Amino acid sequence: MSYVEFLSQYGDRILSGTLVTMVLTVLAAALAVAIALAAGLMRLAPNVLVRGTATVYIEIFRGTSLLVQLYWIFFVLPLFGITLEKFTAGFVAVGMNLGAYGAEVVRGAILSVPKGQWEAALAINMSPATRMRRVILPQALLIMLPAWGNLLIELLKGTALVALIAVADLMFQVKQINGTTFLSAETFGTALIIYYILARFMITPFMRWLERFMLRKVGRV
Amino acid sequence: MFDWRWDFTWQILPRLVIATGNTLMAAGFGYAIAVVLGLVFALAQRTPSRTLTFVVREAVEFIRSTPLVLQIFFVFYVGPQFGLRLSPWTAGMIAIGLHYAAYLSEVYRGGLDSVPKGQWEAATSLNLSTTRTYFRVIIPQALPPSLAGMGNYLVGIFKDTPMLSVIGVAELMHTATAIGSETYRYLEPYTLVGLIFLAISLPTAAGIRVFERWVRRKLGLS
Repeated sequence: MSYVEFLSQYGDRILSGTLVTMVLTVLAAALAVAIALAAGLMRLAPNVLVRGTATVYIEIFRGTSLLVQLYWIFFVLPLFGITLEKFTAGFVAVGMNLGAYGAEVVRGAILSVPKGQWEAALAINMSPATRMRRVILPQALLIMLPAWGNLLIELLKGTALVALIAVADLMFQVKQINGTTFLSAETFGTALIIYYILARFMITPFMRWLERFMLRKVGRV
Repeated sequence: MFDWRWDFTWQILPRLVIATGNTLMAAGFGYAIAVVLGLVFALAQRTPSRTLTFVVREAVEFIRSTPLVLQIFFVFYVGPQFGLRLSPWTAGMIAIGLHYAAYLSEVYRGGLDSVPKGQWEAATSLNLSTTRTYFRVIIPQALPPSLAGMGNYLVGIFKDTPMLSVIGVAELMHTATAIGSETYRYLEPYTLVGLIFLAISLPTAAGIRVFERWVRRKLGLS
């Protein structure tokens, strides 16, 4: 079977898998950003209990494998009465995992906002919440964006694991096609190229654009 | 608590401990390949040949932006299609070694770039050959700034070994899944796997930080 024939026969399945992968990536990214912001801010809280909770969360999710977390959420969590549908379990596991990595990025970025900015906000009598929201976070965002670019690529790669709990993403589709046709080079090769295109020509340019956009937003062009 | 059975836990623990040995072995082998191959990738991007630099640069980018689990499948299944049969272990080690070599080459690249240009000029004025300059002057100085990144990826490769279970390498995750499907109990095996990973990766990460500080002190860098 030539490669063109292969594509015309299995193209739509590969395409639908790619779409599922993209949706998973977007959902997991949204969750990861939310968790990273929350856990990153909690890590800087004055309260020991709040700080401790965030630290435990981050250490657990950074200290074990994404695959272990995924299996645990999918196979063990139901025993505690929390049953997640496989698609949900998939993006929740990826989002929580990358959220833990992101939390450290958020924390580092907030800490690297120059001290004068904190003092200036204090001097004009801003409340801590306003100071964080209006002064510190916008500047921290600029600092952390390049690191988020790498994290998003890791996240995209992480979504490939959800195929192992039978979510019909790109990885799952090509595995299925390979199982019936044994055209391993074509199936897995095509998937590798699609993941590469998603990472290199969609995520990376998007992050570059976001960086420029944010720079303009805070008036630092 | 939540139907946790201790007798079952003690019964499966020996099997998981043996599998942990396999996991550590996979991580060790994979890392050894990655450390050497990563240096090759990094040095290949510093040759005068523009073509070689470009090809290696793109290959590293490609490996870094695609999922490891897919690469494992690719290496394992594509060989037989062309008459080359690889055992799960060999295929797994090639895939994971290549993947982390790409990451480590970036770490080395940063380290090599951080060596001041004057060192090169001094080596040239002493009439040292390029090889000698690299091994006696440049790499020893590039190593300390690379250590943090190298340590992170050591822990990283350890945490990525469960992916080898997809092609049947009998490591920790594979064993836990096997126990689960034999006994229909997933709570204990998967929880124990998580705990074993934590018990190894957290102290290792802490140990690496201590080692890194020690090296920096030894070399009089801080």
